[in-house]
Amino acid sequence: MNTRRAVVEIDKLWSVFHSRGVDTVVHQDLSLRIAAGELLSVVGGSGSGKTVLLRQLLGLETPARGRVTVLGADASRMGRAGAASRVGMLFQHGALFSAFSVLDNIAFPLRELKTLPADLVRDAAMVKLRMVGLEASAAHKMPADLSGGMVKRAALARALIMDPPLLLLDEPTAGLDPGSADAFCALLKSLHQELNLTVVMVTHDLDTLLALSTRIAVVADKHIVAEGTAAQVMAQPHPFIQAYFWGERGQRARALLHDSSKAG
Amino acid sequence: MQLQVNPAQQAMLQRVARFSGAELRLAPMSIGQRFLKLGEQLWLLWDHLLGLLALTGQLLLDLLTLVRSPRCGPWRDMSGHLYRIGATALPVTALVGFMIGIVLAYLMSRQLRQFGADTFIVNILGIGLIRELGPMLAAILIAGRSGSAITAQIGVMRVTEELDAMRVMGIAQGYRLVLPRALACAVAMPLISVWTTLAALLGGMLAADAVLGVTPAYFFATLPRAVEIGNLWLALGKSMVFGVLIALVGCHYGLRVKPNTESLGQGTTASVVTSITVVLLVDALFAVVFKNVGI
Repeated sequence: MNTRRAVVEIDKLWSVFHSRGVDTVVHQDLSLRIAAGELLSVVGGSGSGKTVLLRQLLGLETPARGRVTVLGADASRMGRAGAASRVGMLFQHGALFSAFSVLDNIAFPLRELKTLPADLVRDAAMVKLRMVGLEASAAHKMPADLSGGMVKRAALARALIMDPPLLLLDEPTAGLDPGSADAFCALLKSLHQELNLTVVMVTHDLDTLLALSTRIAVVADKHIVAEGTAAQVMAQPHPFIQAYFWGERGQRARALLHDSSKAG
Repeated sequence: MQLQVNPAQQAMLQRVARFSGAELRLAPMSIGQRFLKLGEQLWLLWDHLLGLLALTGQLLLDLLTLVRSPRCGPWRDMSGHLYRIGATALPVTALVGFMIGIVLAYLMSRQLRQFGADTFIVNILGIGLIRELGPMLAAILIAGRSGSAITAQIGVMRVTEELDAMRVMGIAQGYRLVLPRALACAVAMPLISVWTTLAALLGGMLAADAVLGVTPAYFFATLPRAVEIGNLWLALGKSMVFGVLIALVGCHYGLRVKPNTESLGQGTTASVVTSITVVLLVDALFAVVFKNVGI
């Protein structure tokens, strides 16, 4: 049990969606605790409610029952009052504002506060731009002119502009080629350590999962069926875990895990 | 007779047999289900009305915020929308107005000539175009052109998660998305209305000269006497209301788009149909309430 301060506490969460007279239960009595400094990955099958879980943490969905506490406050009440300064979010496709340049996108949350002079906001945005490994020349490009990897990096810079203690990542390496995905993983790992961030990541990608996670939580059957280190989770007998980690792809996963344990 | 198939054909037939199944037919709706469906539609309508009301209330609150601190207003966004909604609509509104003016003048001339009332074409065109047709034509064109664009822009922001990103950043959607569009439409709509009316009057004047021999000089001299200034104020006032309504309806449907392309298409269509219907209803309301103004 991790004794460090809890950044996220989910207590018996129920997520229910109502559509065309039918209630769909996505989460049922789901509980999870994420301690400061962890990089927790949430894995699960398609439609298991991983992204819904992230949206619950952001206050974009309201729990039908239960409680989601983020940085000591009720997530569903994270309204205008400083949500951006508390949680940074990297959306799956970046969600950059298509009408703004990269620099304007990164500076947008800080500019909206209207508390800092324009040149300081610009300087802060440029710092974040370089921090995520983008060239200064990318600052004035429009999102449509960027490659997939650059979009992810620009979106990451925007998520970090307010120096949030908690960073949420939705499929950070989806749509990237293996080389770009590895480079992005390395960037995330270094930022996690250097900025002392707590990170919650949703991913399907086994390589990303094993390369980054300090802890893994598996969502299946509407709740967390296993959590712990990669080795602890992989030892669980749940059918999804067996199929996910010990299927054909699992050969590679085991090799990766073996390599990383030898290196570490 | 014996039918022979080669192995490839046989494999294909086996595959078809393996994956063939009875077609799933939906049972026709019973009367009770139809009744429930009707109730669902009525609830949906009520939901839309409540949504529009909430959006209007939010717009008023955002206007108050803007009045309190005008320096922090979304002026850059507004000027962009003003250009897109207003300036770029000038050619099409002028063309449509001009053509309608010509058509009206030609149709009227045949009737007026029978009674020897040729010169009254100025009165008919003046009041008809300035008070009713000019603002109405402009509003319908802007609803089709900009109302749909507003819904599509905001709807695409939903599909690409930009709206979620705004919420996560704590940025008020009403203040950043609805207010600039509503203000831009409120400013642009009366100007486009005047522009469309002028184009229609020009078309009508040229046609009246060609068909009835009513000279432009006579047209210019008679128009101010035939049309009271109250008609112009009424047209400007209702154009402003039309503009705000078109923007509100466009934003309302845009914000309700679900993150899929089908919903985006449905939202855009519903937005155009609703805004044109709302414009027609409100115009009828104006006609009844202000029946003594300018006539």
